[in-house]
Amino acid sequence: MIISEAKPLAELEEALAPFGKLFLVGCAACATACKAGGEEEVFRFQEWLATQGKEATGSVVIDEACHIQRAARDLRHHAEAVKAADALVVLACGSGVQSISSNTDKRVVGALNSLFLGNVRRFGHYEEMCSLCGDCILNETAGICPLTNCAKGLLNGPCGGMRDGHCEVDAELDCAWKLIYERLQRQQRPGVFARRVPPKQWSRRRKPGRHKIR
Amino acid sequence: MSLLSQNLAAGSFVVTAEVAPPKGIDLAPVLAVAEKLQGVTAVNVTDNQGANMRLCSLVLAGELRRRGIEPVLQLTCRDRNRVALQSDLLGAAALGIENLLLLSGDHSKFGDHPDARPVFDLDAVQLLEVAAGLNRGVDMAGKPLTGVPSFFPGAAVNPAAEPFELVLQKVRKKVDSGARFFQTQAVFSRSELERLATAVAPLGVPVLAGVLLVRSAKMARFLNANIPGMRVPDDVIARFDSAADPMLEGMAMARETVGWARELCQGVHLMTLGHEEKIPEIL
Ligand code: SF4
Ligand code: SF4
Repeated sequence: MIISEAKPLAELEEALAPFGKLFLVGCAACATACKAGGEEEVFRFQEWLATQGKEATGSVVIDEACHIQRAARDLRHHAEAVKAADALVVLACGSGVQSISSNTDKRVVGALNSLFLGNVRRFGHYEEMCSLCGDCILNETAGICPLTNCAKGLLNGPCGGMRDGHCEVDAELDCAWKLIYERLQRQQRPGVFARRVPPKQWSRRRKPGRHKIR
Repeated sequence: MSLLSQNLAAGSFVVTAEVAPPKGIDLAPVLAVAEKLQGVTAVNVTDNQGANMRLCSLVLAGELRRRGIEPVLQLTCRDRNRVALQSDLLGAAALGIENLLLLSGDHSKFGDHPDARPVFDLDAVQLLEVAAGLNRGVDMAGKPLTGVPSFFPGAAVNPAAEPFELVLQKVRKKVDSGARFFQTQAVFSRSELERLATAVAPLGVPVLAGVLLVRSAKMARFLNANIPGMRVPDDVIARFDSAADPMLEGMAMARETVGWARELCQGVHLMTLGHEEKIPEIL
């Protein structure tokens, strides 16, 4: 899922300074799961707005804020409250914010920072394991992504900074290449070490991404 | 053919040293240092070393070359994508620079611009292959070059890194990709150098052992804490702690390491960090 966290309050105070009345939008998917934009957080945000002398004209938690049509429908259901607001505050990832901003000409204030596509280790602990490169190499790397788990995204083995199997960038972390090497050894196959991996085709990740199921 | 490649091919014991471009635009001091170097075949020019922004290595390498000092141009993948890397390589060739040390590069986190976006569009193995391609007269897109470079590409290896068998996997890939020599990160143990030299010998690629002039226990601890992959072992630090004159101890240690290299591999790469005048004494 998309991992997000609340922006610092000082930044939000500044972004919301021009506005008195706000409509709040949360997301029932990722932002709820990482406790950044679910019912509870929307409620607490509303309470915080009150302490700032601002009023919430209404709120909605959209099933998936990244669903553009669903976001449009939910905004229509709350048309009066939306209309009464000076601006909308969105407690969802950057995609969610843009579903909303593409459905209204009102000012839209994003309340979260979106961090990465993350796995849940346990509640509140998220780990980035895939950076959506468009050309997956996992089948050769024993199911460990070097592009994401190696701080430099190297494709052909560890850098000179590896120290006792730990990463040069964060000594708390294992070097991704050590993990790949050890798992391939347990699987008794050379995997990615059998060939020189050519440079990535970044043309597959040209922005903005577009995809249609054929 | 570069002197470095000739001397290595002839089987002589080769010495390289290293200089860093300035933070700024005054090249006079570093050129003066380079001009005074003695007993050295070629001089590495570091590339924004430790991810600290400095004048570009290509310009200093070109200036050395103009003065008849043979450079080894260091080029990292950290700050340039494949277009910029190839473009710099062609520029280097046009300036008559042949020796290359192609590196992944320390992570941007360690430098003075930690908010920079690390590039790593290529890794060192891929960059070696690119240099080999340019030597064949084609770029990464398969387009022909007018005028073909004759690079002598080298690569780095950390003799102290564990697991060593994993390090060797990458060493083999580097050789397969056209690495013609290795310069190692700092060596502090004879057995580590021996292990590396023994493993690389069958690949037929010469190894220059990295010799770092450590001047005090404090400096050793600083290096351990701040330089990626650096591990000055505890027994070495203890030698400094108990030494009456740490600088003399450092010199003795450097000479010792050069001695191991004369026995076990084909040369040394001296990292004297501002004390280049000590080089004849170390050798
Ligand atoms: S290689 Fe890594 S970043 Fe690319 S798709 Fe696979 S897991 Fe994701
Ligand atoms: S130590 Fe390993 S994980 Fe860390 S940057 Fe180097 S190769 Fe990547």
